[in-house]
Amino acid sequence: MTDKAMPPDSPDPLLDMADSLRQEVGPDFHDRLVESIYTDASQIASHTVTHDGERGRFYWDRTLDRLLTSRTWGFPIMGLMLMAVFWLTISGANVPSAMLADLLMDKVYNALHGAASALSLPWWLSGFVIDGMYLATAWVVSVMLPPMAIFFPLFTLLEDFGYLPRVAFNLDRLFHRAGAHGKQALSMMMGFGCNAAGVISTRIIDSPRERLIAIITNNFSICNGRWPTLILMGTIFIGATAPPALASFAAAASVVTIAVLGIILALGVSWFLSRTWLKGETSAFSLELPPYRPPQILQTLYTSVIDRTLIVLWRAVVMAAPAGAIIWLLGNITLGDASLAVHLVQLLNPIGLLFGLNGVILVAYVLAIPANEIVIPTILMLTLMVSGSDAVQAGVMIEMEDQTQVYNVLVNMGGWTLLTAINLMLFSLIHNPCSTTILTIWNETKNLRWTTVATLLPLGLGFAVTFLTATVARLFGLV
Amino acid sequence: MNTDAVMPKAACATCSLAQNARLIKLGIETGGWDYVVALAGNPNTGKSTVFNAVTGLRQHTGNWPGKTVTRAEGGFIYDGKRYKLVDLPGTYSLLSTSVDEEIARDFILFGQPHVTVVVVDATRLERNLNLVLQILEITDRVVVCLNLMDEAERHGIKVDDRALARDLGVPVVPTVARRGEGIPELLAAIAQVASGEYATRPHRIRHLDPEVGQAVERLTREIEKTFKGLPNARWVAMRLLEGDERIIEAVRKHELGELAPAAEMASTMQPALETA
Repeated sequence: MTDKAMPPDSPDPLLDMADSLRQEVGPDFHDRLVESIYTDASQIASHTVTHDGERGRFYWDRTLDRLLTSRTWGFPIMGLMLMAVFWLTISGANVPSAMLADLLMDKVYNALHGAASALSLPWWLSGFVIDGMYLATAWVVSVMLPPMAIFFPLFTLLEDFGYLPRVAFNLDRLFHRAGAHGKQALSMMMGFGCNAAGVISTRIIDSPRERLIAIITNNFSICNGRWPTLILMGTIFIGATAPPALASFAAAASVVTIAVLGIILALGVSWFLSRTWLKGETSAFSLELPPYRPPQILQTLYTSVIDRTLIVLWRAVVMAAPAGAIIWLLGNITLGDASLAVHLVQLLNPIGLLFGLNGVILVAYVLAIPANEIVIPTILMLTLMVSGSDAVQAGVMIEMEDQTQVYNVLVNMGGWTLLTAINLMLFSLIHNPCSTTILTIWNETKNLRWTTVATLLPLGLGFAVTFLTATVARLFGLV
Repeated sequence: MNTDAVMPKAACATCSLAQNARLIKLGIETGGWDYVVALAGNPNTGKSTVFNAVTGLRQHTGNWPGKTVTRAEGGFIYDGKRYKLVDLPGTYSLLSTSVDEEIARDFILFGQPHVTVVVVDATRLERNLNLVLQILEITDRVVVCLNLMDEAERHGIKVDDRALARDLGVPVVPTVARRGEGIPELLAAIAQVASGEYATRPHRIRHLDPEVGQAVERLTREIEKTFKGLPNARWVAMRLLEGDERIIEAVRKHELGELAPAAEMASTMQPALETA
């Protein structure tokens, strides 16, 4: 910030006077000033504020706080709350998802093709627009809209009620022990919505060292774009392994496990950074627990559906349409004996399999750098295309009425196993941030090195973790 | 200093007709304004809720401190005048150095808003006053928005807003921003302070110990000589005595008193990215 043209000790009578007065007063000026402000404030408060006796003031708040932030019950309650939210999301989203899929991918899709042939459009145009762009978009809407429309309002209700600061309070102890700033718990909460927003919210942390730690580890908070991947994988792979009565429960538990794993990773990486590259003192701070406020249900529904669900969906659609077009092109431009898509997937497949993933997933994550929202639709399209099933024209997704068929496509055509699904969930948690977040990290740090670390560290970690699970699964003959 | 006389009475306050007649919400339209109004306050006192109520925007609000860390801007027309409203990050003080406090401080100091509305939590008045007193040292054009009156009532806390207005020397308006109560009165108070119709007599920090007090006075006089007409020489003196680098730099570069767009730098990211 200092101006190079003017050295800090350039003569300025005013500043010289300030310097000498500062020495006279001594180093405790700040404390003495703060003290007089406090004295004034308490004097004014004392004759403007009256309490109606002391009849159990804040009694209800305090009792609830003791329970929610208790050392014994704090974490179990947190786990239960998360479980409840995801259970409601998963069991509630099935029916509307199937209805939307039926509408968009069967009725509307056929109607569009009918219209295209009535207008006798050339095959490549209707293929590009309807089988590429439209279908990709339809996938995004039907797979992602219902869970988001349930999950976001529930999460926002918890937030409005005042539960999130209590979670932050519980986590504060752990962050402190990891050598990070307690406020990192708050920026992490923010990251559960959007990592770019989470990175900006680290501005509340005054120590640059601790702020960097918070920025680098924010990616371990699962963002809006990644919840749908986890929820879908949890539903069709993990939930399916449990007896039907417990399916939603098992699915919810798997999603919660990944979210908790994210918190553990954030703590672990913070611990590592604060002991290696970002060593230093941990600063103390006081976290204010706001009062519980009755959530405004209607307003919450409105804002979370309009502001969050639709914005995330819009981002997904905006990204999915061009991605769908690219995928259609990849599937229809042939080089030698196969399409570009097949070449690309086959090239990456050996690497993917080494990590318990596959070539399709890796291509999907490259295409999804701008937005994680399109991972699932991309995977489905590529799987259908590459499998070369006779039922499917090149580049076209067949209609899928519900999530069971998604399962069938992935297992039968894509050769997925339970390991693939679990590693996709892990990789969804642990990989590079999306391009918006990377750009935000750059804006906030203006430092190429830390932006690179924040981008590549999670990616490297993701490959390490998936390699580990894949190797363990193979050693024990599980796949 | 009683402002009740010119304000709508209770029944009108909640009537949408009365509000609509004088208030036009402009959303993000902020061009060609007559006045700039800053919205400051401790975290989680409802600044963003006030912001939304007045501009018609839907800044995300959340029940936890640290929700707003960037500046958000919106506009409204009240009684024919165009206002630009700037929602600042919530801060407990303006004395420390985290980025959010700097954004708030720089805007109030260098952005020189015509009016600074300090939103305070009626249930935690004493703690909130610390920030109010600091802001009153920087600018005398302040309106205190005594928010969360419903919560105060629920907890059996009564705040004498008239006594508070007398002590602080600026208008104090009790509100329940979530329900829009008190917003018309708040707008009227903002208009009065903006136009100078309401002459404020801001409280200045009193209980400085003699040694500190003298040093502050001497330096203040010197600053007033160098920067004629600087409205907050005393505050600058206190910052210099504390060795605040940002203010030392501002003195050296003679930025004080100019409309330096310092606050612009910090807000490159608008919350257009959806916030969680």
